[in-house]
Amino acid sequence: MEQSSTVPNGSARESHFAALLSAGEKIEPRDWMPVAYRRTMIRQIAQHAHSEVIGQQPEGNWITRAPSLARKAILVAKVQDEAGHGLYLYSACETLGISRDELNELLHQGRQKYSSIFNYPTLSWADVGAIGWLVDGAAITNQVTLTRTSYGPYARAMVRICKEESFHQRQGFEIMTTLAQGSEAQRAMAQDALDRWWWPSLAMLGPPDEQSTHTDQSLQWGIKLETNDEIRQRFVDQTVPQAHFLGLHVPDEALAWNEGRGHWDFGDIDWDAFWEVVRGNGPCNHERLAHKVQAWQDGAWVREAGLAYAAKQAHGAPRNSA
Amino acid sequence: MQHETASPATPAVGANPLWEVFVRAKRGLNHVHAGSVHAPDAATALRHARDVYTRRAEGVSIWLVASTAIVASDPDAQGDWFEDDKPYRHPTFYTVSDEVGHL
Ligand SMILES: [Fe+2]
Ligand SMILES: [Fe+2]
Repeated sequence: MEQSSTVPNGSARESHFAALLSAGEKIEPRDWMPVAYRRTMIRQIAQHAHSEVIGQQPEGNWITRAPSLARKAILVAKVQDEAGHGLYLYSACETLGISRDELNELLHQGRQKYSSIFNYPTLSWADVGAIGWLVDGAAITNQVTLTRTSYGPYARAMVRICKEESFHQRQGFEIMTTLAQGSEAQRAMAQDALDRWWWPSLAMLGPPDEQSTHTDQSLQWGIKLETNDEIRQRFVDQTVPQAHFLGLHVPDEALAWNEGRGHWDFGDIDWDAFWEVVRGNGPCNHERLAHKVQAWQDGAWVREAGLAYAAKQAHGAPRNSA
Repeated sequence: MQHETASPATPAVGANPLWEVFVRAKRGLNHVHAGSVHAPDAATALRHARDVYTRRAEGVSIWLVASTAIVASDPDAQGDWFEDDKPYRHPTFYTVSDEVGHL
């Protein structure tokens, strides 16, 4: 669907597009848009959708071992929400003229990415708490600003997602609170989870502004509304007092309240480690993608049977002609 | 109603068709577009739509439309095809003396 190829008057369309953006109006699916805008949107929404889907794995890993039936029911609901988020986003992405099958294919071939954060393992139950609190927390900080992004279907998906995310963060924080107020061993579990998830949670908000290749154009097009560093600072400011409430130690010796800035100063993120994970060398990259591909292949017969059944019904085959 | 399907271009062979999902939040409200789902047939699509778009009792009724069945106006027709807003179609265009009271 390359609508721009049939454009009679390219420059009028470009100025209409620019006028919509500067008026703060949304771009809608069948509007003319620059090829690069469409490409950037597809890349960003797809990466986001893939992250929701792959993100089910680290927590899904603990469903059968949740410490109580209530915790299990909550975790099932949370993981199911993440599947739903992936589907809202695929639905939004498809309005840009790419098919679901293509998106799956691009993920499976490693040609589109998902968030680096899901390439870390969940070693204890406390990790489920830390993920809800920190990973969903960081994601929400980013997603709240994306509810105002310039592409209509993406913005609407974000509104729906944000409504559901706050349950995710609160259930995570509740798990952390329970552990932090529990036995010595439970406190140690909570601290260990914070130690491992803190830095990856800061890094998942993306490279620092001076290294971020897409930032300027994305800000100009209203795809992004804040830079990675701005979002990261807000996340740190919100989260540090929560860690103090839990009585846990944030693993950053440079962390200090800066009265002048009115923000928490924090230490340098190890970007080399981050890029290693992005490049495919994190602890679980291979496992996550292999699991996804396996699930897709294992489900092939279901999809084929569904299509065969639909074709049979459409041709009026008698119902009981087994 | 904004229709958000990708253009009904040729779907991949063997691909599950796309269905647009409209949800009525509660009695007395109209169905509103919520998103889309893929499914081989309407009954399956309906179940998927329920699972994806009404996990928190967001709906009491769902409508499905095959995406290829939607007819939409030309997105570029904004100014010329849609009539301009005429001020005299609105009550605020008319001045009525205060003495008349509510009218
Ligand atoms: Fe999510
Ligand atoms: Fe979440």
